[in-house]
Amino acid sequence: MKQPVFELTKGMLPVETIYCPGCTHGISHRLIMEVLDEMGLLGSTIGCGSIGCSVLAHRQMNIDMLESPHGRAPAVASGIKRVHPDKLVFTYQGDGDLASIGIAEIIHAAARGEKITAFFVNNAIYGMTGGQMAPTTLIGQKATTCVTGRTVEQAGAPMRISELLSSLDGAVYIERVALNSPANVNKAKKAVRRAFEVQEQGLGFSMVEFISTCPTHWGVSPVQALDHLKEKMLPYYPLGVYKSPEGGEQ
Amino acid sequence: MNKKVLMKGNEAFSEAAIRGGCRYYFGYPITPQNEIPEYMSHQLPKVGGHFIQAESELAAVYMAYGAGAAGGRVFITSSSPGIALMQEGFSFLCSAEVPTVCLTVSRCGPGIGGIQPGQADYLQATRGGGNGDYKIPVFAPENLQEGVDLVYEAMELSDELRNPIFIFADGLLGQMMEPVLLPESREVICPSNIRTQKPWALTGYGADDSQRNRVLSLRMYPEELEQHVEKLFKKYDKAEKELVRYEAIGVEDADVVIAAFGSVARIAKEAIEILAAQNIKAGLIRPISLWPYPYEAFDMITDKTKVVISAEMSMGQMMQDVKLGVRDRFPVRLINRTGGMIPTSIEIAERTKKILEETGGQ
Repeated sequence: MKQPVFELTKGMLPVETIYCPGCTHGISHRLIMEVLDEMGLLGSTIGCGSIGCSVLAHRQMNIDMLESPHGRAPAVASGIKRVHPDKLVFTYQGDGDLASIGIAEIIHAAARGEKITAFFVNNAIYGMTGGQMAPTTLIGQKATTCVTGRTVEQAGAPMRISELLSSLDGAVYIERVALNSPANVNKAKKAVRRAFEVQEQGLGFSMVEFISTCPTHWGVSPVQALDHLKEKMLPYYPLGVYKSPEGGEQ
Repeated sequence: MNKKVLMKGNEAFSEAAIRGGCRYYFGYPITPQNEIPEYMSHQLPKVGGHFIQAESELAAVYMAYGAGAAGGRVFITSSSPGIALMQEGFSFLCSAEVPTVCLTVSRCGPGIGGIQPGQADYLQATRGGGNGDYKIPVFAPENLQEGVDLVYEAMELSDELRNPIFIFADGLLGQMMEPVLLPESREVICPSNIRTQKPWALTGYGADDSQRNRVLSLRMYPEELEQHVEKLFKKYDKAEKELVRYEAIGVEDADVVIAAFGSVARIAKEAIEILAAQNIKAGLIRPISLWPYPYEAFDMITDKTKVVISAEMSMGQMMQDVKLGVRDRFPVRLINRTGGMIPTSIEIAERTKKILEETGGQ
């Protein structure tokens, strides 16, 4: 009898997603849920979804979960953690949500050293609303609110959130990973685990930034999107550990 | 033995919340309610509770959403401009059916306005400033004892209804001192027992994922959202019947009936005594619940009455409800001050006399 080589993790329910072909949300969902399953913590975790393409993540993620309003997930998670300090609490937010409308909440959650984990999906565009410019949209990148490409003069330079939050003492573990290759996906999984461990140990705020794709609104094929991520995104958003309890980061 | 203690309004309301079982408070400084976050910051930790000074009122209302969804008993407070910022959250709390008690120590507007007492957030409180179809029961005390009792009761009521409850205290009540009898401390649910008391709450499902809970606001399909809103309105219909509260004094044989809430009602009571000394019979309808509004109280007014007056610290926001209650049976007039000006009892009495003369009363 053949053994299956790949199976759905117990952390992901067999429910259809609304994601486009080539979108990496499926990978980041799975990594988080796989790690929770491996840690035996699916039943002891509370997730805070947000507004954006991942608003229905609670359908797939097999944990207790709620929907947060646009940008407010870190405040919501802070409230939950006060009631259940012994549970893992995380937010799952896109770049419009975390870096634009929710920038105050993420900065202050990190500054307070909230013992929560933020998963930050950075694909440099607003997905659900139809491809508008995000705070992370690259210079020259086209979006529906900068049709000839973003310029510094008109919109300023893209924000590097991992670097920004690393300057806060309450942020204890911050790593930027990418979801464009098997090797990077494996590194991303390790980062997810490390972030949860930091929370479990009560050390402070942790965040994993996933450099992700949006083939639909980048106007490229899924395969081209992976190349675009590597060639355009990674030079501006360097991967690595920006903050860790051990220190010695880049 | 419980004895009356002399307390400042803001501190008395805070203590009532703690005794009512609140263990989670999230707040942001704004005058004239600053004594509340101050009090909570040093008193909550003494009973195992948690205080966070939020980065904004917006964050505070969503910390409340998180803690409430997790099954905690939550209290948030602010004043007018801060309450305006929280409106999105109130809509969200109602939609997701998350209990929270919110108290405003209202000041005057519009805009930054001023820090003196006002009642010009009446429509915002009773009609809702957030988006969509939702309702929040609103109670307005006229003195500190009533405020203490309402906050204490709201803690329980909010859990029962799975809806926010709003307490509307104006800046006068927040800043004054009065003797109050504090209620007994309620027993608090231990976080590990939340799931048995609130089976819908987010606690982590433990070993059995068939018990998975979700607290949601988005409904993608219009049929589903319509059903959800109709379900909410069944709850609101029931609340509308059961939560009406008011005080009525000398309404049946009054020449003139004054409707007023909060501090203004208290001032109106004194005005009524002044008028009585001049042989003018003035009655009072004091709504305690602003939503649901006590429209039926106005049915007690008899043909002996010449005019009904809405007395308020706004440009006549409550007068709309007074007119709905009066149903054109009597003329309705306004006695008001705004911008942080507080009407005196003499002023209310004199303006009442003048209105009565103009409407053919005396």
